Amino acid sequence: MKNPKTSLSRRSFLKTSALVGGGLMISFGWSSFPARANEILSNEEALTELNGYIKIATDGTITIMSPNPEGGQNVKTSMPMIIADELDADWKSVIVEQADLNTKYYTRQFIGGSQAIRQGWKTLRTAGATARQMLREAAAQTWQVSVDEITTDLGMLYHKASGKASNYGAMASAAARIEIPKDVKLKDVKDFRIIGTSQKNIDGQKIVMGKPLFGIDTKREGMLIAMIVHPPAFGMKIKSVNDSAARKMPGIRDVFTVKSMSDDYERTFFDTCTFPEVVALVGNTTWEVMNAKKALKIEWEPFKSHTIERSMFGRKQTVTIPSGLESTTGHIKMMADLMARPATVARKDGDPEGAFKTASKIIERTYSAPFLAHNCMEPMNFFADVTGERAVLIGPLQKPELTEQTLSARLGLPLDKIEIKMTRLGGGFGRRSYAHWLLEAALISQKMKAPVKLIYSREDDMTSGIYRPMYMATYRAALDENNNLTALHVKTGGIPESPLEANRFPAGAVENYLAEEFTVNSNLTTGSYRAPRSNFMGAVEQCFLDEVAEAAGKDPIDFRLELLDRAIKNPVGKNNDYDAIRYAGVLKLVREKSDWGSVQPNVHRGVSAYFCHNSYVAQVLDLTIEKGVPNIQRVCCAVDCGIVVNPDAATNLAQGAIVDGIGVALYGELTLKDGVPEQNNFNKYRMIRHSEAPKAVDVHFVKNDIDPTGMGEPTFPPVFGALANALYKGTGKRIYDQPFGKNIQASEKTG
Amino acid sequence: MASINLIVNGKQRVVDVDPKTPVLWVLRDHLDLVGTKYGCGIAQCGACTILLGDAAVRSCQLPVSAIQNKPITTIEGLSVNGDHALQKAWLEYDVPQCGYCQAGQIMTAAALLRKTPQPTDAEIETVMNGNLCRCGTYLRIKEAIKTASNVQR
Repeated sequence: MKNPKTSLSRRSFLKTSALVGGGLMISFGWSSFPARANEILSNEEALTELNGYIKIATDGTITIMSPNPEGGQNVKTSMPMIIADELDADWKSVIVEQADLNTKYYTRQFIGGSQAIRQGWKTLRTAGATARQMLREAAAQTWQVSVDEITTDLGMLYHKASGKASNYGAMASAAARIEIPKDVKLKDVKDFRIIGTSQKNIDGQKIVMGKPLFGIDTKREGMLIAMIVHPPAFGMKIKSVNDSAARKMPGIRDVFTVKSMSDDYERTFFDTCTFPEVVALVGNTTWEVMNAKKALKIEWEPFKSHTIERSMFGRKQTVTIPSGLESTTGHIKMMADLMARPATVARKDGDPEGAFKTASKIIERTYSAPFLAHNCMEPMNFFADVTGERAVLIGPLQKPELTEQTLSARLGLPLDKIEIKMTRLGGGFGRRSYAHWLLEAALISQKMKAPVKLIYSREDDMTSGIYRPMYMATYRAALDENNNLTALHVKTGGIPESPLEANRFPAGAVENYLAEEFTVNSNLTTGSYRAPRSNFMGAVEQCFLDEVAEAAGKDPIDFRLELLDRAIKNPVGKNNDYDAIRYAGVLKLVREKSDWGSVQPNVHRGVSAYFCHNSYVAQVLDLTIEKGVPNIQRVCCAVDCGIVVNPDAATNLAQGAIVDGIGVALYGELTLKDGVPEQNNFNKYRMIRHSEAPKAVDVHFVKNDIDPTGMGEPTFPPVFGALANALYKGTGKRIYDQPFGKNIQASEKTG
Repeated sequence: MASINLIVNGKQRVVDVDPKTPVLWVLRDHLDLVGTKYGCGIAQCGACTILLGDAAVRSCQLPVSAIQNKPITTIEGLSVNGDHALQKAWLEYDVPQCGYCQAGQIMTAAALLRKTPQPTDAEIETVMNGNLCRCGTYLRIKEAIKTASNVQR
């Protein structure tokens, strides 16, 4: 591998060196010195900072700062593991701390797109390798020998010829005076000692002991509790508030309205906010505020159709928010109407309509999926302490850097007066990218002139929008007389976005291909939800291919491999976004590990494979049907995500995504009547429970030396297809509409 | 408001609150025991599970007046050093992902093992069905409970 540049200037070294006295800061991708004083470890003189990620104590204890928010995807363990490996540290002696938001030290402190490990890979390795190189040079200078003769092992420095040895702690302050190397050599994959080994969750002990790790656990001197009331329906806004009774309730300090987004604020991608104006109640304790909410008398009114300005990654957009109280039945009708009309062509290869005219068999199927609520177990919450001069925010969020910019604009405070501390997220799944609750908490604290913790009730959380969009897709396939797939046509749309990924498989594997899309405008808000768009396209495409394989009289794995073989040898088109060899690889691995082709009495099998978020996944799901209810016995999962940093944690993540996906596929839906969500808590919104999970999930990784890609999302979409295809084998009926559970029962009743 | 005597994790505590206040919020807001989690407020998710005597109860639906002078145990009191057989098994299987629901899962499992030291898979599933895990760690939870039950034998 080419040695990466560390992008450091001598000037930054000198300035930061002077700043921390003996220690120094380096970072990657920036060259000016840090402006925030709170990062200086004034009372930790025994610690030497070798860079923004690594602090070494004189006794050799190494502290690694984990840059990204942790929401269950294991980054707080696996990102430091990457640093520690290149540093040649002893993992057992490493302490991990959660870094605050710090755009000067770190890049991409995000949860999103399963990208933390992929995009952090070189940076994290370079951070470790650079510090190791500085320690070696310090030892060479101290011992008056050549740096080439200095070796490292588990946090120790050695000079073999003279027998000299030192732990990292004893050399750290000398290392801090070494000029930062311009480039460093990274380890060969075969030399990894921590990467590729299973290491336990760094916060495991604290979690099982109930230690305060989550935003909702935050408590500060003089802190008040705030809750909000938002409109009961999409399409509504506040008309008037009568708070006289609520104000008299015990423990209540104040009631007022909060406008989280200014009307003229140009929103960026993650500034989606369903209810820009809400009523805030502030009191001494949570229970008192919850009670006072019931005493509020609020009049609501429908809002008029209006527009908001958005800047989507630099592209200006004017979005129309239509008026009206929408319902699920109307949504389905609107999508079905658009499905019958021509849509926007996203990709066309060959002559699809010609191929359909000469086909000997045409298969056409329409699929749909509902809105979904994220339902993170930790409801939305945030702590804020905003004074005239500064703002301190503490809590769980996915896009702190972008949220900080929005907050800066809203409060009129410069970025360097805002401090965001990230707590562990009690689930994210996309929902905590849209941090309107952080803005609300900050504005409430500013008004109260006191520290405030804002908590959404479960009902506030589930009915506040930002849902997974509702989708519909129609697939058509043409088979010739030899049962070859000669054309494929997909037309898909959603409310309010299209889920189409036009350049994904089977694009590139079919001579004649047409992909079209449409969108339906709505006043409902939607947002990223674990594997956005893929969570629908993966599901329906893999159901459809199963049905086409059956029509062609082919084994479903053989059929997919035949298509992939075409994409490998002679791909159609130029923009195919997948590697057909790796795609076929996971199918072959799952075929072997699941013992595909073996028959067990009353066990029904379905297969599925999908590529998204840079990783390849194939799954085989086995189920039995008892009294019309599916019992999932086993899911066999094959993954190609390149190098697996922390195999057992990656396995856990895949198992969890499979359980999650089965639950969403069987039960998940958020429906609306006259603008009102019909589910507002777990008694109405059904989530998968213990006894409904598969009895076993085994996960197998393709072994290779490819740089790692993500694990948070890619194992989620394929399980929908594997489940649907197994259900068909078990019931003899294809299910086209999610959630499947409702439709299995419906078919049982009518059938 | 009323003065209420509690026995929390073996210690006498006195709180001055509305007697209808759910135990969950007394623990979290008044006693600084935040290991017990708010998830739904309607006893549907199990994140707030504590022990009342030896029985698992949902603290979000339990008024504080109902537990006067009755011993309750929260996750903080399950063991002093985090070395209860279930906590150790949870670490052995590296169960948690986000971790938010896990205290409630462990407390429900603790009550199960007190009543049924050697539960079958079906008994585990039935009892644990009251505790949601959004990350889907159910398989590992079951393995951890089975391992802890064997350790206890």
